[in-house]
Amino acid sequence: MQNALINISYLIASILFILGLIELAHPRTAVRGNFLGAIGMLIAIVATLLDRGIIAAGVNGYLIIFAGLLVGSIIGMLLALKVRMTAMPQMVALLNGFGGGASILVAGAALIDAKDPNLQLTVATVASGIIGAVTFWGSLVAFAKLQDLISDRFGRFSGQQFLNAALLLISLLLGVWIVADPTATHAYWLLVVAASVLGIYVVTPIGGADMPVAIALLNSYSGLAGAATGFVLNNNGLIITGSLVGASGIILSQIMCKAMNRSLANVLFGGMGAMPAAGPTADQVYGGKVKSATAEDVAMVLDAARRVVIVPGYGMAVSQAQHAVRDLASLLEERGVEVEFAIHPVAGRMPGHMNVLLAEADIPYDKLKEMDEINSTFEQTDVAIVIGANDVVNPVARTDPKSPIAGMPILNVDKAKTVIVVKRSLSPGFAGIPNPLFAAENTLMFFHDGKKAVLELIGALKAA
Amino acid sequence: MDLFISSLTIFVLAIFVGFEVINKVPPLLHTPLMSGSNAISGITVVGAMISVATPNTFTTILGFIAVVLAMINVVGGFVVTHRMLGMFKRKE
Repeated sequence: MQNALINISYLIASILFILGLIELAHPRTAVRGNFLGAIGMLIAIVATLLDRGIIAAGVNGYLIIFAGLLVGSIIGMLLALKVRMTAMPQMVALLNGFGGGASILVAGAALIDAKDPNLQLTVATVASGIIGAVTFWGSLVAFAKLQDLISDRFGRFSGQQFLNAALLLISLLLGVWIVADPTATHAYWLLVVAASVLGIYVVTPIGGADMPVAIALLNSYSGLAGAATGFVLNNNGLIITGSLVGASGIILSQIMCKAMNRSLANVLFGGMGAMPAAGPTADQVYGGKVKSATAEDVAMVLDAARRVVIVPGYGMAVSQAQHAVRDLASLLEERGVEVEFAIHPVAGRMPGHMNVLLAEADIPYDKLKEMDEINSTFEQTDVAIVIGANDVVNPVARTDPKSPIAGMPILNVDKAKTVIVVKRSLSPGFAGIPNPLFAAENTLMFFHDGKKAVLELIGALKAA
Repeated sequence: MDLFISSLTIFVLAIFVGFEVINKVPPLLHTPLMSGSNAISGITVVGAMISVATPNTFTTILGFIAVVLAMINVVGGFVVTHRMLGMFKRKE
């Protein structure tokens, strides 16, 4: 009876999670969706307290459980309240990792504790251990990269894919050992060690603008590890939730890959920027053609504009320019200018990164336009302002089939009457190729730090 | 074996539900989607609670650490998602 009650509570929790995700499809209902999810979780946790094993463990068991719940809640709360919106990719990377870590430990404990481990339990434990360890360490590497604790060059060497293949093979062989002899619990920890090293070296070659794919994929893995743990424990709550999260991460990584016109394999193993890019050199593209502008020049152009589109990139996040950008947009709107924002799917370091930053700066979400929606409007746009974006506005993607970004869907800012590019220098973006947009007839380069540039621009506009 | 088949059925069907539901989330909300899915993947906490209650001290310790990790996911995920979603406003 108890068991039935607990399992029904997991069913209710799963329904609430699904309803929550459905409501997450619109900003108006998303807050409520998140609440539904939280209520589902509360129901699942409270019901689990009635588990026969937990009741048998007595007061001590409850004390340890409550201590764990409390410590985790406090840490989670602090992280969630302190994190800056620009650091959201790191935060999500960390949470992905913790999910994987929890799965390793729960599966390991279940293997040790099992009285009569059957095939399902051992195979699922092996899967939890491998996927969980790859997720945990891979996510820590992603976190360290995003936090600039390690460089993008760290842990890259030739023959890496052979090492990774060998590590995977070792993990699988240890897995076979566990399946053949479930009492060999030490083999499980060896498996976790091998998969941990694999997790580190799988993520080290992925850097910079490929990060959104890595984060989305690790998100998916954390879900799959949870689902595998569900098979270990025969727990439908974990299985359902794990598959939802797994599916979500897979969809997001597909969207990111499509937005770069690359396959998942190419992102994981290709190592963009590792090979010297063919094609024209920077001198050939830029030589004598780049026009540099001051804040006053740009203000003059904006003074005559009726429609302005702002294109943010990772550079806006780095220089924390989102609030200044909001002030610029409001100032222009006060003067009767129509202002919209063009968001490329892979702008920033995780899916949706730019939207969160601009929302944080109080820019209404109906002004944030997706690429497909806004691309047709650039021809009617007087000024496009590119802030800290590069590859996602490089017209070479349309014109040069040999370029590393060939076929990548881009924001067609070059079709606007005038393009203002705010950028520190002519240095290439992640793809390592020059951008002819910077040398185009209708482009003005405003060489400056993103935030300072926008602030100066606001000053010049007010003075003019 | 029967139990495994029914678990597998649930797993596969849930993946289909996941694909259907997640495909409707617009890019605007992809970041809160990720943090929100982190939060619900913290459901591992219920497995971790059961590991705590095992008679073996070692597995109790494993369970305790797992409860902490999963709970960071749950609370951190829901709270940060709430924080983010509160920022998305329409033009007034």
